[in-house]
This record gives sequence, C-alpha cells and structure tokens, in this order.
Amino acid sequence: MGDPITLIGKWLENLLYSWGLMPGVVSLIMAVIGVVVIASAVLVLDILLVWVERKVVARFQDRLGPNRVGPFGIIQPIADVIKLLIKEDILPIGADKIVYNLAPIMALGTVLLLWAVLPLSSTVYGTNLNVGVLYIVALGAISTLGIIMAGWASNNKYALLGAFRTVAQMVSYEVPLVIALLVPVILARSMGLTDIVEAQSIWFVFIAPIPALIVLITSIAELGRAPFDLIEAESEIVAGFHIEYTGMKFGLFYAGELLHALTVGGIIATLFLGGWRGPGAETYPILGIFYFFIKALFLYWVIMWIKYSLPRIRIDHMLNFNWKFLTPLSLVILIVMAIVDKIVPKTSMLVYSLVMLFVNVVVGWLTLQLLRRNAKSARMRVAEPKPVARPEPSPTAATSQTSSSSS
Amino acid sequence: MTPLQIIFLITSVGILGSALMVVTTRNLVHAALWLVVSLFGVAVLYVMLSAAFLAVAQVVIYIGAIAILMIFAIMLTRRVAKDSGPQTNPNWTWAVVVAAALFGGLTWLLSSWNGFSTPIPELSSRADPLSQLGQALVSPNAYVLPFEVASVLLLSALIGAIMVAWDRRSG
Repeated sequence: MGDPITLIGKWLENLLYSWGLMPGVVSLIMAVIGVVVIASAVLVLDILLVWVERKVVARFQDRLGPNRVGPFGIIQPIADVIKLLIKEDILPIGADKIVYNLAPIMALGTVLLLWAVLPLSSTVYGTNLNVGVLYIVALGAISTLGIIMAGWASNNKYALLGAFRTVAQMVSYEVPLVIALLVPVILARSMGLTDIVEAQSIWFVFIAPIPALIVLITSIAELGRAPFDLIEAESEIVAGFHIEYTGMKFGLFYAGELLHALTVGGIIATLFLGGWRGPGAETYPILGIFYFFIKALFLYWVIMWIKYSLPRIRIDHMLNFNWKFLTPLSLVILIVMAIVDKIVPKTSMLVYSLVMLFVNVVVGWLTLQLLRRNAKSARMRVAEPKPVARPEPSPTAATSQTSSSSS
Repeated sequence: MTPLQIIFLITSVGILGSALMVVTTRNLVHAALWLVVSLFGVAVLYVMLSAAFLAVAQVVIYIGAIAILMIFAIMLTRRVAKDSGPQTNPNWTWAVVVAAALFGGLTWLLSSWNGFSTPIPELSSRADPLSQLGQALVSPNAYVLPFEVASVLLLSALIGAIMVAWDRRSG
C-alpha cells in the first residue's frame, strides 16, 4: 500500500510478460518507461519552479510577485512558456549553427541526467551506480562544456567573456567541491548514492558540518547564482553566455538553471541530510519521496535566500576565496576526518559522530581565528597613514592668487 | 549478434568517424568538439566492459579537464581558429605507407590472437570492483609503486607550473 510506484511497475511488467515478450525486451521497455516518467516528472516540476522562484524573490524584495493568472498566479509559468514558444527564433550573423543549437540542449540535458542517480525513496531510484558521486562530478564537467559552446558559437564578445568567466569559475570551484564530496564517501564507505543514504542513521550534516557547508558554497558557484553570478553579470557583460539566445532556446538555459538549483538541493539533501530518510519512510517508501522533495526544496529555498540577499562578488575575490580559503580548508578537513575515521572505532555510532563533530568544530574554530587575524592585519594595512599628495605652492599659482585677490 | 555487439559496432564507428573529423575539419573549435565526441565514445566502451570507474574518470579527466583546457586555449586565439592552408604536406605518401604497414602488421598479429572468440568472463557480483581497485592501488604487492611515482610526477608538474607562473618582481 505504501509503495504504489513499485506496484504499478510490477503490474506493468507482468502485463508485458503476459503479451509474450522476451525478458530482455521487457526490461528494456521498463527502463525506457522509467526514464520517460522521471524525466517528464522533473520537467513538469521545472515549470512550477519558475513560479516558486518568482514568488520567493518577490517576497524577499517586499513585492507580491505574479498573482494575476490563476489562483496565486500559479498558471503564470505556463503563460510564460507559451510566450517563449511563439517568440521569433533568431540566429545571429556569424554564429556557428550546429554548436549554437546544441548548447542549450546540453545545458538542460546534463541537469536531467543527474536525476538518474538520485534516490527518491528506498525503492524508487534510477540506478545505484557504484561511482555515483564521481558521476555527478563528470556531469558538472559536461555542463561547463555546454556553456563554453554557447559562449563561443554566439559570435559575440560579451558571450565569449561570459564563457571565459564560466571556465575560470567552474573549473576552480570544482576542486574544493570534489574534495568535500569525498567526506560522505569516506563516512559511508561507498560512492553509490543509495548506499550513502542508507549509511545515514545520523545525518552526515551533523557529523561533517564543514564539508556540507563547502559543498553548498561551491555548488552555488557551479550553478553560477549570486553571489557567484559574474558569468552573467548584467552591468558588465549584459547577460554573459546566453546573450544571443531568444525564445525557447533561452528558455532551456533558464529552465536548466532553475532545475539545476533544485537538483543541487537534492544532491546535498542526499549526501548530507539523509535523502529520503524520515519517520516511516522505511515501511512506506512513498513517504520517502515526500521527505526527499521537502529537503530538496528547503535547500533550494536556502540557495534562493543566499542569491537574493548577497551582492555580487568581484572576480579577484571570487578566485581568492576559492584558492586561498575553500581549497586549503577542504584539504585540511578531508585529511583530519580521514585520520580520525581510522583512529576512532565505528562500534558505537554515537561516540564516532560526536568525535567527528568535535573535530569539525575545532577545525572551524581554528579557521575563524586565522580569518580574524588576517582581517586584523588587513585592517591595519588599510588604517596606516598614507602619504598624501599636497599641492606645492608654485610661483605662478601664487601670483595668480594675489592677482585674483587684488582685483 | 548480441545487443552488446551492435552497441559496440555503433560506438566504434562513432569513435572512428569523429576521430577522422578531428584531423580533417578546418575549424579548430570544431576539431576540439569532435575530440570530445571521440573521447566520450571511449567512455561508452569502458561502460560496456563494466568498468564504470574508468568510464567516469575518462569523462572527468579527458572531457572535463583536457578538452576544456584545449577549447579555452583555442578560444583565446580566435583569429587562427579557421585554418585555410593545405591540410597535408609533401610527405603524405610516406605517411600512408607507414600507416598501412602498421595497420597490416597489427591485423596480422591480432589474427592469431584467441581473444576474439573467448566470451566475456562473468564478474563476481559480491565484490565491489571500486574498493578492489582502491585496495590494489595502495597494496605493496600490487600497484603502490606506480601509484606513488605518478603522484610524485604530478607534484613536480604542480611545482613546475608555479615556478613558471611566479612573478619574481612582486616577490
């Protein structure tokens, strides 16, 4: 009763067998149906995300947001989609046609592919890939490629600049992201996302808060959302890599970005917030889907909260923040947690978690002390008296002054 | 023919075709993108051999790092992205002879190899291949020495990159 999706799947499988199909063909058809169902469900959810995003940003900015079409304006995104679909499709002069049209598909497609490994409940998941975490990293690399293709093929200097910034940002923030992603792998002894969820009898965010925070920050940078939205900074490079795209091709980028934000929420929920775990989720797997989306939407809201509260970071600060702060911190926390993991026996999960939490707090406190000392020396440097340029009274200036005063 | 063989043939044709496009296309960015297609095809071959880790590592390293670096370098030099010169030089006849001899020799060698007719051995499902790989990389009677040598090589490359990029005037 608590698992209707598996029941429907079983019924469909039996129906196909009763038609006399071969087992290989049946499993192929079931796999295709699974892909179509998950992809369509996620894409339909994506349309609603437009409404969620606009409503939330409106509340952050003390506005009402869309409220004309349908109750609470919920049909507004459908009107938006129709508008985007009937807009003129413009191909800029000198653009590379195939690469130009392929880029938005890659931007949305790579995000959809991420859902193949996300476990929605204990029974509903695409596949428990034994290299699931690395798979997520690999798809991030391909999505970078999509943005480069868009920037290059548009034949536009602003788009190209946006693509350069994207490469600088995404490639560098991938380093601390991958290092921090190794921490849940160490804790769960597996790279499969289903195994990681099953290992979280205590949520990993309580065992490893610093890696969770690093993953959140670097994921926002990978998303290219504020405060890391230099790749599409309106005041500097108009819209960055998607400046030339119109109509539904722009819509694909926009939908890809929104869906990517929710997907990142889902990934962090899976890795650190226990995924589908919650009261009763083991016996009623349908509840697991509910918990998973609650957690993913909560993290999506956190990402929006950060986006609409913080101003844009400057590009040298962005790179310094990554290479001088996040990368060393993630390396230190990985090494420390790996050593503690070997020392502390895993017989009592509670003791193990408390020790890990203590280690995290110590590393966090030391980091804050270091930051405070650095900030103090930076403030001293700013506060130092600087040589001030004073105008030397030259003879000509003196005569003109006297002449003006005399007249 | 099993479905696996059909997929193998399609993938191989894709890899070879895109590899051919890499060397024949005149647009450098297109060449780099065709290279990405070719490298991705190799990742598909790894998946068919149940080597998931190798496949994902192939995508992360070759597409995520090397190909993006190449495209980035090409995009910085936009003027020379389109090459209008001749695509071969006068030695192309010798190159054809050498390539044909190499291909013929390899075909002759492989024709006596019995690997084509042996079926794929079944992997034992209870052991995790990923943890086995990890154990093998740090085990003294397996691959710990090549692993450490590779890490030392990467470290020296890292230090070399820093030395090359270091601006000595500012200190």
